[in-house]
Amino acid sequence: MPRSLPEDPLIRRLVQQARASQLSRRTVLAGGVGGAAALALAACAPESSGGPTPATDQSDSDPTLKWANWPGYMDEDDEGNYPTLLAFTEQTGIEVDYLVEINDNNEYYAKVRDQLALGQDIGADLITLTDWMAGRLIRLGYTQELNEANIPNKANLVPDLLNVGFDPGRTHSLPWQGGFAGLCWNKEKLPNGLKTLDDLWDPELAGKIVVLSEMRDTMGLILLDQGIDISQDFSEDDFNAALDIFREKVTSGQIGAVRGNSYTQDLINGDAIAGIVWSGDVTLINGEVGSDLFEFAIPESGGTLWNDNLMIPIGSPRKKNAETLINYYYEPEVAAEVALWVNYITPVVGAKEAAVAIDPEAAENQLIFPNEETLAQVKTFRALTGAEEQSFSTAFQSVLVGA
Amino acid sequence: MAFGMIGTSDAPAVADAAPGRRSPVALLLLLPGVAYLALFFVVPFVSLIVTSLKAPDPFGEIGRYVYAFRWENYVEVMTTYWPHIARSFGFAIAATIIALLIGYPIAYFIGVKLRRFPLLQALALVLVIAPFFISFLLRTFAWKQILADEGPVLGVLQSLTILPDDARLTGTAGAVIFGIAYNFIPFMTLPIYTSLERLDLRYLEAGGDLYASPATTFFKVTLPLSMPGVVSGTLLTFIPAAGDYINASSDFLGAPDTAMIGNVIEANFLRVENYPVAASLSIILMGAILLLVGLYIRRAGTKDLV
Repeated sequence: MPRSLPEDPLIRRLVQQARASQLSRRTVLAGGVGGAAALALAACAPESSGGPTPATDQSDSDPTLKWANWPGYMDEDDEGNYPTLLAFTEQTGIEVDYLVEINDNNEYYAKVRDQLALGQDIGADLITLTDWMAGRLIRLGYTQELNEANIPNKANLVPDLLNVGFDPGRTHSLPWQGGFAGLCWNKEKLPNGLKTLDDLWDPELAGKIVVLSEMRDTMGLILLDQGIDISQDFSEDDFNAALDIFREKVTSGQIGAVRGNSYTQDLINGDAIAGIVWSGDVTLINGEVGSDLFEFAIPESGGTLWNDNLMIPIGSPRKKNAETLINYYYEPEVAAEVALWVNYITPVVGAKEAAVAIDPEAAENQLIFPNEETLAQVKTFRALTGAEEQSFSTAFQSVLVGA
Repeated sequence: MAFGMIGTSDAPAVADAAPGRRSPVALLLLLPGVAYLALFFVVPFVSLIVTSLKAPDPFGEIGRYVYAFRWENYVEVMTTYWPHIARSFGFAIAATIIALLIGYPIAYFIGVKLRRFPLLQALALVLVIAPFFISFLLRTFAWKQILADEGPVLGVLQSLTILPDDARLTGTAGAVIFGIAYNFIPFMTLPIYTSLERLDLRYLEAGGDLYASPATTFFKVTLPLSMPGVVSGTLLTFIPAAGDYINASSDFLGAPDTAMIGNVIEANFLRVENYPVAASLSIILMGAILLLVGLYIRRAGTKDLV
C-alpha cells in the first residue's frame, strides 16, 4: 500500500507533482519492448537493391580536398611538405589534405565499405586503389563518373591504359602510378643478390623474409615461379598448388612477416633482410636508411604489373575539386616530378621527356620508364570471378591465421 | 553480459527501499540502462545471429550474402577453427594466472603495506594506472620493438647463451601470453587492491595469536577475504583476453601459428568479407566465455563481488 503523504504542504505538492509525471511500469515496458522490436527489425532490413546516389557537388563553395593515398606515393621535401601539392594549391586555391592512410586494399575497403554502400562521405574525396579493388568499387557503383570537361589532360593518358577491363574508356577512374612486385634484398647481408624465388627460400634467410599481404602480388610471384602465366586462365588447382608452397613457407617460419605497405618498416629496422616488395618503395627505403642498402629486381620467372587508380567516392561533395587535381597531375611536367620522386611508372604521355629535362639519366630508370625488355618480364594478374575471389582470398587469409 | 547476470543476484537491494512492492521510480531509473542494453547489445546480438546464418549470394560478388538458415556455418567454423578457439582460451587462462601472480603481490603491497603512508599509496596507485596514459596499441608495439630479433632482450639472452642463436621472442606463444598478461595487470591489480584495502589487520594479528604461521594466515584469512577482488580481477582479465586480437596479431607479438579466435574473426570480417563465418565465430566465442565464466562464478561465488 502507498504510504500516506507527508504533512508539510510544500513537500506534499512536490510529491504529488512527481507522481503525476510518473510513467507506469506497463508503459515503460511496452515502450522498451516495442522499441527493441523495431530496432531488431531495422537491423534485419534488407539492403536496398539500387546502388547509392552521388553526393551533390559543393566544390565551388568549398575549395578543399581530401586525398587518401599509400605511403611513399607523393614527392616530399626534407620538411615533409609535398611540393607538387603546394604548387597545386597556389595555382587553384584548393587546399589539399593529403592523407597517407592506405596500407592494404582490403584493409582500406573494410574501413569505408559501409559508408560507401550508404552513399556517405568517407572522409576522402579522392582515393587510390589497385586495379582489382578499383574494379570492385566501380562495379558496385561506389564511385562517381568523371566529368571529362574538367580533365582535358585525360588526353595524356597512356593509350594502353584507356580501355581496361574494369573501366572501359576510363569513365570512373584514372591511373595514378603503376609498378611491379618483385624481389628486394639487403646488399650487405646478401652480396650475391636474389634472382629467383628459390633464392628467397634459402634456409639461411629463415624468418628474415617479408612478403606482401596483397594476394595478387605474393601469390602472383609464386604462380609465375611455378611456370603459370597469371594473365591467362589458370585453374583453381594451379592456385592451390602455389598456395601450398606459400603455406609451407609461412608455417615453417621461412616467411617472417606478411604485411601491407608497412613492410618497409620491417626492412628498415632489420627484422627482414629480403622479401617480395613493390618496385618504387626501394628508393624510399634507401632514403630512410641513408644509403643504397637495398636493391630491387624482377625475379627471373617474372614479376607482376599493376596500377593504382584515382577514383572519386560516391559520397564526396567535392567532385570538381578532385577532377581539377587529377587534371593537374596529368600535366607531363607535374607527372614527371612525382614519378622521379616515387620511382613508379607514370601513366602520363610526355612525362618521360619532361623527366629527362630534369634528370637526363631518368630515361634509363626501368622502374619509372620500363622498356619493352622489362615489360616482357612482368604480367598482370587476370581478373577473378566473384567465386574465385572469395575462395582464393579465403584460402590466402587462412594461411595468415594459421588455419 | 556476465556482469548483468551478476547484477541480478544483488537486485534485492533495490527492493529494500520500498518493501512490499516494486517502485515505478526504480524502474524509471533502470530505463536508461535497459535502453542502452537493448540498443547496443540486444539489437547487435540479433543482427549477429541473423548474419551468422546467412548463405553466400549465389550470384557471387564477394562480401554479398543472402538471408538463410545455414546452421552448417557453425559446424564448418568449429571444424576449421577449433585449434584457434582452444588456443584462445589456453592463452587467456595462462595470461590470467600470470597477471594474478604478478598483480596480487602489487595489490597487497599497496593496499596493506603502504597503508601507513597515504601519499606513497596514492603514488603507487597512479603508477599502476600510469600505463593507461599511453595507448594500448603503442605499448604493445613498444614491446614488439623490445622483444624484436634485433632488440635488446633477445641479444642479451643470446649472449648469455640462455637462448640459442636462432631463437626468436616475437611471434611465439610466450610473447603473446606475456603481452596479454602485461596489458591486463592493472585490471587484475585494482579490484584486488580494493578488497585488500579494506582488510582488517586485526584479523591477521588474531591469526598470529592463534599460532597460525604467516602462510596459514594468508591462506585462511587474507586470501578468502580478498576473493571478491580476485574473482572480479580474473573476470576483467580473462574475458577480454579470450577475445584479444592485438597481442596475437602478427603485426604485433604473434605469428600465424599463434593466431587467436579474435584474429580469425578480424580476418573474416575485414579481409575476406566472410561475415557469416565471422559472426558464427563471435557467437561461439561469446557462448564459450559465458559457459566458462558461469562455471567459474558458481564455484567462486559472487556474493561480495566488488
